[in-house]
Amino acid sequence: MSVEADLPLASPRSIRWSRRRASLAETGRRIRKDRLAVIALLVLIGFVLLAIITPWITDRADFNAINTGNNPTNQPPNGDYLLGTDRYGRSVALQLMWGARVSLFVGFVATVLTIVIGVLIGLAAGFFGGWIDALLMRITDWFLVIPFLPTAIVLAAVLERSLWTVVLVIGITSWPSSARLVRSQVLSVRERLYVDRARALGAGRLHIVGRHILPNVTPLILASATLAVPISILTETTLSFLGLGDPTSISWGGMLDQAQQSSAVTAGHWWYYLPPGIAIMLVVLAFTIFGRALEEVLDPRLRAR
Amino acid sequence: MSESVVELTNVRVQFDGGRVHAVDTVSLQVGRGEVVALVGESGCGKTTLIRSIIGLEPLAHGSISVLGESVGGRRGLRALRRRVQMIFQDPSGALNPRHSIYEAVAEGLRIHKVKGHEPTLVAEALSNAGLRPPHRYLRRFPHELSGGQRQRVLIAAAMALQPALLLADEPVASLDASIRGEILALMRSFVDLHGVSIIAVTHDLGLAWNIADRVAVMYLGRIVEVGPTEEVLRVPKHPYTQALLSVVPEVEGLPQQILTGETPDPSRIPSGCRFHPRCPLVASGEADRLGFGDRCRGVDLELEPEVGVHRVACHAVTFAAGATPTTNASGTATAG
Repeated sequence: MSVEADLPLASPRSIRWSRRRASLAETGRRIRKDRLAVIALLVLIGFVLLAIITPWITDRADFNAINTGNNPTNQPPNGDYLLGTDRYGRSVALQLMWGARVSLFVGFVATVLTIVIGVLIGLAAGFFGGWIDALLMRITDWFLVIPFLPTAIVLAAVLERSLWTVVLVIGITSWPSSARLVRSQVLSVRERLYVDRARALGAGRLHIVGRHILPNVTPLILASATLAVPISILTETTLSFLGLGDPTSISWGGMLDQAQQSSAVTAGHWWYYLPPGIAIMLVVLAFTIFGRALEEVLDPRLRAR
Repeated sequence: MSESVVELTNVRVQFDGGRVHAVDTVSLQVGRGEVVALVGESGCGKTTLIRSIIGLEPLAHGSISVLGESVGGRRGLRALRRRVQMIFQDPSGALNPRHSIYEAVAEGLRIHKVKGHEPTLVAEALSNAGLRPPHRYLRRFPHELSGGQRQRVLIAAAMALQPALLLADEPVASLDASIRGEILALMRSFVDLHGVSIIAVTHDLGLAWNIADRVAVMYLGRIVEVGPTEEVLRVPKHPYTQALLSVVPEVEGLPQQILTGETPDPSRIPSGCRFHPRCPLVASGEADRLGFGDRCRGVDLELEPEVGVHRVACHAVTFAAGATPTTNASGTATAG
């Protein structure tokens, strides 16, 4: 037994924090054993850092037509332009850096929206059951069977063209699966004996949800959120590639759209479409690998494998 | 009866929209500082009965009052749940794996906003439940403790609220034999020191023998025999109680009686005495020979309302007591 545990009457807060530290350390230790997950995490940290520092080390004004007028167009990578230039003479490397900001931003914010809606609906449906469950699940089913792309296209066309619209479109089309996931987990946790005990102790609904159900559902929510980010990024890419993104911002999907419009593939301008393509692939793959590893660590049922 | 802590009157609990009668017309009183053991086979409704006392199962009929106050309504339920606490058969499942022992014990104190210095109250509760020194346990998690220790944590959490009534659902069934005695002694000590009343559900008659003042035997949702432990276990009157006791190895003097017939199904309760399809008296023809077999098959009955502490719901006993001097069969001798 550790010395720490022998301290007389530690305050409840210190107990809570020491427990959180311990469980975080434990999660970290398990993740570290998975070399692929560590590499994935490093890749992600790299992209996020790049996205954060870009405004400090580059100038967005470099994209303005007034500044690109004299640039060489369709240049292959060279000393001046690391990844060459596009048909307007803009640096592909610069676009890639600024595009990372948009792609990651949309990925994270849309995921937060997806998870928030999904958790609220799933929690309510699973906890209250009965007609509330039936009603919420029919609504969820309805959203689940709506063909995603046509809806996204219609919404993106009807609403104002901005990054927030893209976030909204992703959010309202992808929450149903997270609602279903949360609901199923709530249904299983709700039947645990400790929930009965809490009720027998006199706990109200808020207490039971907040202290027992939510904490036991959180790990799965976290893991599913990590897996929802790459889907959001891909969706943003799809929408931008179809020309439904925010026309004033540069995203990786938008770059692919531009490349396609300028026939980069047939013209052999590989430096135009390969970098955003590889970046998307790397980020999505890294998120998926890391998400799976996290899921495995946090969900005891998967740990045995 | 002025000191009755809990009073059940004609309690009925149904499942499946009234198709399954888990508890069917049960009345029971428990006095202050009294320990009542509810015994019976699995599925006889004993767990459902105590869950209904704490409001975990809604009543279809009847009433329950605790300390003179009727159980009902949301407000009443919360107050009730401070006066009545429950411990469970599976202490591992009853503790949230993500809560430390401190949090598990403090939970009830927080819910009921118990006055006092919380860490001190928690430490006292643990210490009273035999987890000493308490600060060794505060930071631990349920999975780091043994089964007996976990049950002690549950008892500590329940007793921290100083309830008048403790409901125990098979409190030692999942524990090692060596630990059982300790936990039972602990429960008994709370009765002796704090005057708490206990209703303990068990299928283990040995447990009843050890800590109970009274024993109530349940069969298919109804109490068929109730009385002081000594009397019920030494001179069982109901054929069902006799059969239960006859298969306990430590009990001598009763011929072993293995019950046959269909297993009880609370969705299809037999007519007449609900035990008659399995009753050895009916099966052997003894009931018919003595002339009350038709009543067994046709007339439903509840506990005899007579005075006296040892009460039975059995036609044979009623028949024998019913001033029929032509037969010399007494209630206890009929099934001998």
